[in-house]
Amino acid sequence: MNVHEYQAKALLREYGVEVPVGKLAMSAEEAEAAASEIGGTVAVKAQIHAGGRGKGGGIKVVKTPADARSAAAAMLGSRLVTPQTDVEGKLVRRVYVEAGTQIDRELYFAILVDRSTQNVVVLASTEGGVEIEAVAAETPEKILTVQVDPLVGLSDYQVRNLGLDLGLEGKQAASLVKLGQALYRLFVEKDCSQVEVNPLVVSGDSVIALDCKLNFDDNALFRHPDIRELRDLDEEDAREAEASDYDLSWVSLEGNIGCMVNGAGLAMATMDIIKLYGGSPANFLDVGGGVTPEGATRAFRLILADPNVKAILVNIFGGIVRCDVIAEGVIEAARSIGLKVPLVVRLDGTNAEQGRKMLEESGLDIVSAKGMADAAEAVCKVARG
Amino acid sequence: MSIFVAQDTRLLIQGMGRMGQFHCGLSQEFGTEVVAGIAPGKAGLTLQGVPIFESVRDAVRETGANTSVVFVPGPFAADAVLEAVAAGIGLVVAVTEFIPVRDMLRVCHAISGSGSRLIGPNCPGLLSPGEKIRIGISPSSIFRAGEVGVVSRSGTLTYESVNQLSKLGIGQSTCIGIGGDPIPGTNFIDVLDAFEKDPATRAVVMIGEIGGSAEEEAAEFVSSEMSKPVAAFIAGRTAPPGKRMGHAGAIISGGSGAAIDKLQALEKAGIAVAESPAEIGKTLRQAAGL
Repeated sequence: MNVHEYQAKALLREYGVEVPVGKLAMSAEEAEAAASEIGGTVAVKAQIHAGGRGKGGGIKVVKTPADARSAAAAMLGSRLVTPQTDVEGKLVRRVYVEAGTQIDRELYFAILVDRSTQNVVVLASTEGGVEIEAVAAETPEKILTVQVDPLVGLSDYQVRNLGLDLGLEGKQAASLVKLGQALYRLFVEKDCSQVEVNPLVVSGDSVIALDCKLNFDDNALFRHPDIRELRDLDEEDAREAEASDYDLSWVSLEGNIGCMVNGAGLAMATMDIIKLYGGSPANFLDVGGGVTPEGATRAFRLILADPNVKAILVNIFGGIVRCDVIAEGVIEAARSIGLKVPLVVRLDGTNAEQGRKMLEESGLDIVSAKGMADAAEAVCKVARG
Repeated sequence: MSIFVAQDTRLLIQGMGRMGQFHCGLSQEFGTEVVAGIAPGKAGLTLQGVPIFESVRDAVRETGANTSVVFVPGPFAADAVLEAVAAGIGLVVAVTEFIPVRDMLRVCHAISGSGSRLIGPNCPGLLSPGEKIRIGISPSSIFRAGEVGVVSRSGTLTYESVNQLSKLGIGQSTCIGIGGDPIPGTNFIDVLDAFEKDPATRAVVMIGEIGGSAEEEAAEFVSSEMSKPVAAFIAGRTAPPGKRMGHAGAIISGGSGAAIDKLQALEKAGIAVAESPAEIGKTLRQAAGL
């Protein structure tokens, strides 16, 4: 789960990390008031769940409250396109007005999980304020890493050494140790999957988190009701959010073949094989292991709600999922909403015979396929029309 | 012969709820000896003909259980794994999905050096058709005994490939789902190493997917340490970056974990890669000369 910058900064402040003074504004008037309350130069920052906002005009540094008002007015209600959004961009619903900060140097600091070593890893770089992926690709030696045994935790000396390697001196290094420990505590206590401060600015004797991105482990949200409350459904794809309410795993894509599959691996492989046969998937959908006829019906409704969908492929290899349950859901959804596009179904595994028979007897216009290749070929053909 | 388990497998089921009981029955039908179950507040009862205990410690003491399968829900699963290892269970298979990453980091570090092995979480488990051992949730009817080892991050793609192999008349020695989570107890290399040393395995099918770099590491292992032929498939060539594709571990992030990097690493290691998920069986047959 992602959160906005202003929410992340509130958490950082709670953990004792130095961040600039800032106020959230929902309107141009509020932005003006915030700027005059903060005083001096301020940054007006669009709050969306995507990085690279500066490049898209989503961050403006202004000197007066009147300028803060006009900067906010231009952002609010507009769609912000950044290197990390799609071409449509994201609607800006709120801005964050933040005190200007003296910037001596821009660094990078992050904490995440290293899947290979099964450790927590702290990353730091002298190359702050730019995309870290570009730094990693072009000058990997400029990314410093510290492995942290999760049973031991982060030691002060590890951050101190990082500070030395980053060229920090005296009180700056001490400030980094304090920040590093606070962020590590936040990472662990709130079950973050990523804490990224970019840039981390050196300002006089201090290091200050000028921007911050927090991601949380969805599987751990059950123990963090406070974090769950920060979820902003407006920032999520509507169908992905609806699917998650039914325990369906959905990702919206840009093609025209709707997919309903059981299991994440098979669902990805189904997208791949559609592409191989010249088609293009409209979605990724894993109905999961415990799917009920109602769940299958809902899944099917979600697919049918996409106006781009020209054909549907149901690909089920029944293990725990029973093919007759899927067939029941498909029939129910097709009957109640009306099936206006061709449907190709491949059922294999548990109760496949029974499922196929149910579909046959339903009177619905369904192409029954044997195996994945047959199914993909058939659905790509009908999608082309 | 199977890897990781022996004929003297005495299976304990942690979490004898609806799902635990259902799969207990299927494992028993397959011929696996299930000796005990854990269900809170049900100690003393018998479910599926299996005695129920309050703790793994008691179950091990009373029944000599040496292997366990975990169906306990995500919030409590890490505790269940640690309990099993502390009680001396040598192989723990965690089927459970949705275990927090932080819990798995702790578990993996805590049990390393214990001598116990964890398979999973978020996996279908282990099945050895020749030994009649089924630990987990795989549909046993598609398997047939033979000499191909299967290791996969995906449950349904394991079934898909096993089904293709069986239809070609190619049987399996041991099939292991290592799970779709970012922090697995057992990784590709652990399983590949065991298959290389297993006299009952002649060739291996490896199914990977986007996210992390386990496939790249496995490719390196295959090229430097393995003599047996390996065929592979990678799911998610068409997956967009930054999106979690069902599995918690299946995400392309920070410029790493893309299918293309994995495919290149596999090909460089001389592994036969199936272009299509419908050709996994055929690719193995050709690579192994079967």
